[in-house]
This record gives sequence, C-alpha cells and structure tokens, in this order.
Amino acid sequence: MNYAASPVLAPHLPLWRSRLLLALIAGGFLVLAGRDVYLQGLNHDFLQQKGESRYSRVIEISATRGMITDRHGEALAISTPVKSVWAIPEEMQYSTQQRAKLAALLKMPPQEIDKRLSEATGFVYLKRQIPPEVAARVSALHIPGLFQNREYRRYYPDGEVMAQVLGFTGADDAGLDGIELAYQSTLAGKSGSRRVIKDRLGQIVEDTESIREAENGRDLTLSLDAKLQNLAFSQLKLAVDSSKAKAGSIVVLDAKTGEVLALANLPTYNPNNRSRLSGAQLRNRAITDSFEPGSTLKPFTIAVAIERGKVTPDTMIATAGGTLTIGPATIHDAHRFGDMTVAQVVQRSSNVGAAKIALSLPAEAMWDMFESVGFGNPPPLDFPGEASGRVRPYKTWRPIEQATMAYGNGISVSLLQLARAYTIFADDGELMPLSLLRVDAPVVGKQVISPATAHKLRAMLELVVQPGGTGPKARVVGYRVAGKTGTAHKEENGGYAKNKYIASFVGFAPASDPRLVIAVMLDEPSAGKYYGGEVAAPVFSAVMAGALRELNVPPDAPLTPLTLPPEGSEIGESD
Amino acid sequence: MARLNLILLALLTACALGLVTSQDKTRKLFAELEHEQEQAKQLDVEWGQLQLEQSTWAMHARVEKIARERLHMSVPDAKRIQMVMPAAAGAGE
Repeated sequence: MNYAASPVLAPHLPLWRSRLLLALIAGGFLVLAGRDVYLQGLNHDFLQQKGESRYSRVIEISATRGMITDRHGEALAISTPVKSVWAIPEEMQYSTQQRAKLAALLKMPPQEIDKRLSEATGFVYLKRQIPPEVAARVSALHIPGLFQNREYRRYYPDGEVMAQVLGFTGADDAGLDGIELAYQSTLAGKSGSRRVIKDRLGQIVEDTESIREAENGRDLTLSLDAKLQNLAFSQLKLAVDSSKAKAGSIVVLDAKTGEVLALANLPTYNPNNRSRLSGAQLRNRAITDSFEPGSTLKPFTIAVAIERGKVTPDTMIATAGGTLTIGPATIHDAHRFGDMTVAQVVQRSSNVGAAKIALSLPAEAMWDMFESVGFGNPPPLDFPGEASGRVRPYKTWRPIEQATMAYGNGISVSLLQLARAYTIFADDGELMPLSLLRVDAPVVGKQVISPATAHKLRAMLELVVQPGGTGPKARVVGYRVAGKTGTAHKEENGGYAKNKYIASFVGFAPASDPRLVIAVMLDEPSAGKYYGGEVAAPVFSAVMAGALRELNVPPDAPLTPLTLPPEGSEIGESD
Repeated sequence: MARLNLILLALLTACALGLVTSQDKTRKLFAELEHEQEQAKQLDVEWGQLQLEQSTWAMHARVEKIARERLHMSVPDAKRIQMVMPAAAGAGE
C-alpha cells in the first residue's frame, strides 16, 4: 500500500503548520534550557543553601561550669541543668483547666500568669530555673506557644556556711561574687557548635563540620577544709549569738603554707535562695572590711624593738602609774601593775608600755614592719573587694600617733591581713603567702624578722594565755597556745564610739611547732562582756581544739583539765 | 564485547548497592554513637546531681546533729582522753 497514494493524505496540508509546530516546540525547549541555566548556574548558591537547610542543622553544644570542691574533693558548688519556661503570648492557647495545672506546676497564682502574658508581646519568661521533672510535666500539658530551654543552675550544698567565700552566679551562670567571680575565667565553660545532617525523623545521621569545640569549665580545688569551715562557722555563730554582736568573722590559716583553711562571716545568707539580701549579709568581712585592730598589733612593735636590740623580753619598762602624757593627749592602762618587763607588757597588754617602747623607735622602722607584714596593701588573693587597710606614710606621723599605733589605733587592717601577719611569729619570722586554692608545692615565705626574735615573741604570746595574761580562755587542753587579745573602740564619725567595741583574738598552736593560725573578730559585742579575752578567745579555743583534733596534730602539753581563773578576775586590756 | 559490558554492568550494580548499604550502615552507626554520647552526657548530669545529693546528705552540720541527738554521741573531754605516744614508752597523763 502506498501511503502517498492514500486518499486521506491527498489534500496537502499547508507547510506552515508543521513549521509553526516545530518552532513552538523549539521555543519550549529554549525556555526550559534558559530556566535550567538560571537555576543551575545563576541561582545555584541560594538554592543549594535552601536545600541544605532542609536537612542540615547547626546545633549548640552546651558546656558546663566547673565544680568547686574543698581541699579533700568534697563538692561545694555544682551546676546542674534546669529548664526555663517561656511563652509567645500571641500564640498561647489554653483552657482554664490547663492554666490551673500550669499555675500549680510553676507554683505561681493563675492571675500572675495572665498578667505576665498580657504585659509582654513576643517573648516572656514565665518561670526560670525549674527542676527537669517539673519541666517534663509542663511540656506534657501540650500548650501551644509555651516553650522551654535548658539552663544551668548552681547549687551550694553547704549553704550559708560558705556563702561569702564562694559567692554566687547569676541566672546566666556567670560568677557575680566571691570565688565564682574571682575565678570566672577558669570555671566558665565555652559552649561550642557543630553542623550536622538530620534525617526525616530528626535523628542526626552525619557530622559535617565542627564549627567550635565546646569547652567545659575546669574544676577548682580550694584550700578550704569543709569540716574546719563548718566547725569555725558554728562556733562563730554561737559566739555572735551569745555576745549579741552585730557581726563576726573568723579566719583559719595553715601556718606552714598560708592556705586559708576556713573563713566564715556573720551575718550570712543562703546562696541557694537569694531573695531579700542585704549588703551586710553579702560582705565577706574578713577580707573586704578593715578595722582598727587594737592590741593584737602590739607584738609587731615589740618585735621591731627586739629586732633592733632596743629591748629584751626582760627589760623593765616604767609603766607605774598607768598613764603616759604626750602633748595634750594621755594614754591609759585599764589596770595598774607598777613597772613591768617587756614580756609582761605583752602578757597584760599594757598600752603605756607599748607606747613607751614605740617612742624609742624610729617611725620608719615601725612603718617598715607594718608594710612588710602586708598591712596597707591588698592581700595577694585577687578576691573581689579586698581591703588594703590604712597605714599612713611614716613622715606624717606625730609622736602621739606613733605611740597609739603601737597598740593598734590609727591604723586599720582586715582580719585576713592580721591572721597572715601572725605567720611571722608562727613560722620563725617568715611571712607566708596567702592562698584560697590548694597548694601542693612547697611554699617559700618571706623572712621579715629573725628566727630568734620570732621565738622570743612566741614565748611572750604564750604568756598571754597563762593565768595573769589577758586571754586564758584561749587555752586548749593538751596543746601549748600562743596568741594576743584585742579590744578596740569602734571608729564612728571620725572619732571613737564610747560604748562600741571590736573584740578580737589572734593566735596559733601548738606553740612548739605551730600548725594553725586562727583570727577571730566580733563586731560590737553588746551582752555586757566586750573584751577580746572574754568573747573572742573562747571561739579561738573551741575552733583550735576541734581543728587540731581533726588534723591529728600530736599534743605538746599534758592532757590535764584547765583551771580558769574565777569569773570576774580576768585582766581586761586597756584598749 | 557484549559479554564484557554485561559483566561491567553487573559489577557496577554491585558497587552501587555496596555503597548504598555502607552509607546506610554508617548512618545507623552514627545515630547509635550520637545516642550513646547523649546518654553519656545524661549520665554526667545525673552524676552531678548525685554528687549534689551526696554532699547534701553528708553536710557536716547534719551529721553532727544526728550524732548528737539521735546517737547521743559527744566529743570526749580532756579527763577521758588517754594519749598514747608512739615515741614514749608510757601513755600521757
């Protein structure tokens, strides 16, 4: 059969129709090719990115803040994850029933939820830092527009006992005070991020790149000993309560290394619940507050005099009469004893004796001593708000000022500085550095006075706690104790307040080979007794006894019970 | 020639299937690894919480309170302490 001969094909179609069809098809192909060039070539990057965003995700790798432990590894501060609940008010849809459940879970009144939602647009926190179990129950309510994110919260198991030393962190887990602030860069973790591929179930199937490694914060081992801290705190609390003092501080130092083993302050606060805080509670008084130390400074002046060969412990000082007049001012002793030796000046805390010895010395020598034991300079701790105390340049001292400085007036120090300064008597004349972190390497001190002078002073300070001294209540059964009482009028409005005192005691034990230096300070004891030997020395004794037992220090004195002088016969110091 | 082509085709198919399987295996293993890592993190968190719990239970104030009040323990006074010195032959007074 011949097609051409087919009658159907006989009427010839016009040629243009096939040409038109061909042109249309070719045009269609051209459009497609153009589109292809546009998508594959010109718009490639944008589309690639859009495509990747369907399966590739950048996810945050969270980092935790380091733990703070005591010297034996006991946890003092730990971060643990918590959830924060937030909402987009416009998207929130909930029934009254759901609102009631939510309110109960978040422990807030339902009206409060409504108020928060109506006040904000876009974003509002309903409650921050709730435990993960509660957060799981909140998300089980399935309320649209309600979201959660993960945060860290810091817990302090020891609560108020360590409060001011450790400080605390804010809601974003950054240190705001104390050690948390001082060692922020060590403790803080750096969160990282990475790019991954997720499948349709949301599971990560491939790790494409690590953008930034997460870095967990490092743990910090403090020099503090939780047991001693607790002991010091509880004894201080007893004393502050019974003496009705406004405030109090205690510092326990390792005499061999200068490590701070315990440091407690009152009033204090609970770092786990920081609503309603006052400045008085927050202050780490032992470090940030300076005060006029009073008689606890006498040993330093005596040390200068002995070091320069001006006196020996047995030199007689004419203190009979109990007063010393310099210009318009008169220095008094609280008790009159007649003339006494230098050792007795320390034992009985005679102001006149100390003043007379001071006046025989050049001002520069005394200033040198104060300066070299660290007064007037902030202690080497990098703790926030360290007080440096006040020691005026010796060129401006008038004789009366030089005399009063001998017994700790007209000069101010912090309790921590004072405790550290006493290491020169405890450590054969060496001033130990201070540390809030555990020190494992051997510590080198700075020789301030000769070992011979230090031994003489130690013997004198031992007399202070013997009957006839100002601080027999500081004694500890089984150990030889050395120390010095201090009772100073409080400074107020540029003068001295008549009935406000600061009672203190600084000492160390065992005297044969000192292991611990303890300094106690009570601010305004107002239950009748206010002498350092009356209110501060018992705290010293109790803490020292417990601490020496805790550290297994062998006794260096017989274990016979102490006999204290009868009530009322104590020798109070003059100032 | 045709035979060689057929063999190559079979080889290619086998390789392709192998690739698919191994890719699938990789992803499964990776998901598992991811899961384990997540679990390790979770355990880490739990460890922190347990440490916290431990130190809360072992708080010195609490231990002392229980020792004193429930167990009626007390620190012995000097009269009841006998010190045995390793160096000296006799005991302390």
